[in-house]
Amino acid sequence: MKLVFERSRPGRGTRYLPECDVPVVLPEDPGRGIPLRLPELPEVEVSRHYTALAHQTFGVNEGFYPLGSCTMKYNPAVNEHAAALPGFTQVHPLQEAHTVQGCLEVERKLEDMLCEITGMDAMTLQPAAGAHGEFTGLLLIKAYHRSRGDTARTRILVPDSAHGTNPASASMAGFEVVSIPSDAKGCVDLEALRKAAGPDTAGLMLTNPNTVGLFDPQILEITRVVHEAGGLCYYDGANLNAIMGIARPGDMGFDVVHLNLHKTFSTPHGGGGPGSGPSGCKEFLSRFLPGRESPDSIGNVRSFHGNFLVAVRALAYLLSIGREGVPEAARNAVLNANYMRIGLRDAYDMAFDTVCMHEFVMTLESLKEKTGVSALDIAKAMLDHGVHPPTMYFPLIVHEALMVEPTETESRETLDEAIALYRQLAEEAREHPETMHQRPEHTPVRRLDEVGAARNPVIRYAYEV
Amino acid sequence: MNIPKELLYTSTHEWIRMEDETTAYIGITDYAQQQMGDLVFVNLPEAGDTVNAGESFADVESVKAVSDVMSPVTGTVEAVHEELADEPQLMNTSPYEAWFVKVSGITERGELMTAEAYEAYLETCE
Repeated sequence: MKLVFERSRPGRGTRYLPECDVPVVLPEDPGRGIPLRLPELPEVEVSRHYTALAHQTFGVNEGFYPLGSCTMKYNPAVNEHAAALPGFTQVHPLQEAHTVQGCLEVERKLEDMLCEITGMDAMTLQPAAGAHGEFTGLLLIKAYHRSRGDTARTRILVPDSAHGTNPASASMAGFEVVSIPSDAKGCVDLEALRKAAGPDTAGLMLTNPNTVGLFDPQILEITRVVHEAGGLCYYDGANLNAIMGIARPGDMGFDVVHLNLHKTFSTPHGGGGPGSGPSGCKEFLSRFLPGRESPDSIGNVRSFHGNFLVAVRALAYLLSIGREGVPEAARNAVLNANYMRIGLRDAYDMAFDTVCMHEFVMTLESLKEKTGVSALDIAKAMLDHGVHPPTMYFPLIVHEALMVEPTETESRETLDEAIALYRQLAEEAREHPETMHQRPEHTPVRRLDEVGAARNPVIRYAYEV
Repeated sequence: MNIPKELLYTSTHEWIRMEDETTAYIGITDYAQQQMGDLVFVNLPEAGDTVNAGESFADVESVKAVSDVMSPVTGTVEAVHEELADEPQLMNTSPYEAWFVKVSGITERGELMTAEAYEAYLETCE
């Protein structure tokens, strides 16, 4: 398709208002050397441009989207309706508090519910997304150790099956990251953890269920080891889909947690936001939280109240599915993942062939060895069938990984169709491997040169001057 | 799999070419580049930086993943292979010429394997 800049013609546009009869006054020094180059198009062409862009994208509303670790579930329209109510949209954060009591009530109610779900005592809605929530939580841990004069605790332990953002957030917060290996079952190697935990340990960051979709059965022992070493325990709750309403990080021994409201709690995501990553903590850390009138607060991490309308969607979601609906959603997320896993286990190798939580990981290493068809080839072929591929090549501890997270909002028919497609592609790979490297063939763009794009990125429109 | 006899290897798939007792070139092995796939970026240290045996001194990025590169020795970076930053594909096409750094003043060596031992070790990685 043509770029909007290529459709532009000088002087084109659509005007509904008469020319302004007030003289335009420009500052003597506008600060720009050249005029702003904006495309000039009539409204009809702008509309077509965006519609054409929309046709080239793929979202949950187009089809099945089992992108592991991302929880691409369907977000009910009623939550969008709630977030669009003028009482929530036509407000300003600097309004007098007595005029926005409803908004404040939304925040407080949501904080309370999220505390109940996570087993925490206090929560801040300020962080704008998941990694921001991690960063905030780590600053709480840092502030805690500092308040006790314990400045030797400079290291954060991160299992190698953790979310990729964990080591990055720890590094941003000024900690040194120590990687803890997984054992043969895909869970934390307890012996390695015991060796690593000590007087320099500030804390542990754990994703549980981890990125291979397993709930760590030694979780109580893990948090005990860290606490006995004097560290705190951080729970990455980015994806709470498997355990919400069933198990609580607070009961597992965690002191700090963050959630991605845009994954588990009904906000469409994947297009760059806005998201919301609330951070919660146990009572003994609450005085450090942002947005609190406490001399010990780490200070604000975001202007005003964070991404408020995402909080509205989350509250609407929780109220609409109710106390019984929360664990039911989690059970169905786990059921759907296991249904697909069982349906595929004789067509693909499972990285860990055991009951999984909300997602499972396949390894295509032996398929690649036998046929030359890689996880990337299979993923690309799915695009031809109107299905979004699973997450590829993650987690790093599994070679040729495909990570599938069907979520609870998909019907049995959708899962059956997906299973049939995955099986068909495995068969095609064995019988006609040579055809698999060319896929996709029926999408707006074919196989992209990912290496070329990374080595020589073209990231802006080059004007003809 | 190309495993030159004259080099030493680590369990994390770096190679090291000892020029003398205290000077060496370091890079990543053929196996490492195959596992990573097409490399698109490398983050190198600067001359004068200290590297520590068993600790990360650089990272490489492919379209699939980012991975730390661990130093086989403790010493000081004497020279950096700047061309790698502009031509990361060198790590794929000729991994044993695509050295990352030249380290001098080596005071400590981590656990290093001969080519034979590394070849046997790779069997266990499959």
